[in-house]
Amino acid sequence: MNAVGPLACVVIKELYRRKDFYVLFVLTALISVLMGGMNFFNTQNIARYIKEICLALIWISSLVIAIGTAARQLPAERESRTIFPLLAKPVTRADVIAGKFTGCWLACGLCLVVFYVLFGVLSAARSPELNWLQIAQALVLHWFMLGMLVAMTLLGSVVFAAPSSNGTICLIVTAGMLLLGRHLNKVALQLTEPGQSIVYAVYFVLPHFELFDVRDMVVHSAPLIAAGPFLLALVYAGVYVAVFLLGAWLVFRRQMLN
Amino acid sequence: MNAPRLMLVLLLVGCFTLAARLVPTGLPADGTRRGADSVAALLLGEGRRLFANHLFVKADVYMHSGYYPTIFDHAQLHGGANSTRTQAATGTGQDTDQGFLGPPRDWLDRFGRNFYVTTHSHLGDDEEHCEHCRNKAKSAPAEPGHEHHDGEAASGDVREILPWLRLSAMLDPQNVETYTVAAYWLRSHLKRPEEAEKFLREGWRENPDSYEILFELGRVTSEVRHDDARARNLWELALRKWDQKNRGAVDPDLPLRRLLLGSLARLEERAGNLAKAIGYFELLKSISPAPETVQKQIDELRAKR
Repeated sequence: MNAVGPLACVVIKELYRRKDFYVLFVLTALISVLMGGMNFFNTQNIARYIKEICLALIWISSLVIAIGTAARQLPAERESRTIFPLLAKPVTRADVIAGKFTGCWLACGLCLVVFYVLFGVLSAARSPELNWLQIAQALVLHWFMLGMLVAMTLLGSVVFAAPSSNGTICLIVTAGMLLLGRHLNKVALQLTEPGQSIVYAVYFVLPHFELFDVRDMVVHSAPLIAAGPFLLALVYAGVYVAVFLLGAWLVFRRQMLN
Repeated sequence: MNAPRLMLVLLLVGCFTLAARLVPTGLPADGTRRGADSVAALLLGEGRRLFANHLFVKADVYMHSGYYPTIFDHAQLHGGANSTRTQAATGTGQDTDQGFLGPPRDWLDRFGRNFYVTTHSHLGDDEEHCEHCRNKAKSAPAEPGHEHHDGEAASGDVREILPWLRLSAMLDPQNVETYTVAAYWLRSHLKRPEEAEKFLREGWRENPDSYEILFELGRVTSEVRHDDARARNLWELALRKWDQKNRGAVDPDLPLRRLLLGSLARLEERAGNLAKAIGYFELLKSISPAPETVQKQIDELRAKR
């Protein structure tokens, strides 16, 4: 497993060499600052709308970065044929999967820290009573959610033929779960059998990304999430990461590379 | 030039021709276009009304601090009695403990409730529910850790709904409710009648036949500026506009007519024009759900004459 560290470093270096993050960061900052500069009825200290807009942009940017980074890792190695010298070294296919995941996840974490610092600064400029602990909670949950997403995208990259199709499918599943995940059980209860059991099974099987989306709690200054549920959510994410990575390794270890 | 490039040029020429043909038909007959229409309407077309409605609802979500039913919940918060629009129309809100979430349906639902807003509160609740602050009894001893709210700071939380209302009005200037709701909160909770009046006048320019805006404008003039003469003119004009719009309508807007007639009657009573006040009360009696109460007021006025 010594190869995981260097593999992860390569992915992180790739992120800061590419322009994706910079473009998304500048766009997020620009739109947030422009919206923050708007005058509404000459009223000062209106903070929540700017928090909401900034967090929405951060979420969109992070999804694009996570899926974009993870989806191209293995196909790019295969396309440029660098996967062969990589696997000729004492590096197993499990190391490759673990290294790529670690690199993508850490890279997403670095991006998130920069984005949330921007969010904190913008929010603090509007309302001094900022709950930094709540922002830290939101960041950690967001990061673990991206871990699940990166692992799912890596699994997709060994299942689907092209990175574009993988990225599109992952984005649709993620957006679907973020928007509807919480309500699938309500939909299921209104259906007749066997539809009810099928939708309920889907509800329990799919990863609930929306659990990690605590933007409303940050925007409306809700109380902090208790330690128990917070840690359980991290364990929930960890289980899904393990399942997706195991699936990716099982497919990848028997896959023909040329 | 090869065939694909020629095709591209042909498509561009087709697009330009179509745009040149369609854009003039989108303009009003007199060739003028209202400022607010230009950018939003050009970019989003009629779809901007959908966005505007979404932003209007967003203001209500903020009013309830994020505790708000979705289309999947099949329930309205308080049956709509505490929505920003209802409070704006009636001037009051009411507290209920009715929750739309219901008991958790499964373990995941129960667990998930730790990660979104599940407690019901309203912006500005601190002031309304805090007896100490409500009475403004600053001399009374406060509990440890309790801070007094000062006008702006206390009800100031309500200001958080304003951006969404302003953006909603920018996208759909023809939605009269946006102006009246924003004006209500600006006037009654944020104590900014000048901003309320400015916004209402902006709405009036966009909707010259709106009796709702005229009524709200009259409220600002009467209750804040205490200028009864101008308020009378505004309300009388609103009454005429109401007649024009609702005469012969299947479902006339009676609640607003009641408010208009009641306001005019009280204004005339204050001004000493008792005969006119009785006239308005008589009109109000014919559409009031409690005519006996109105009759009592008429009798009192007749006794005064």
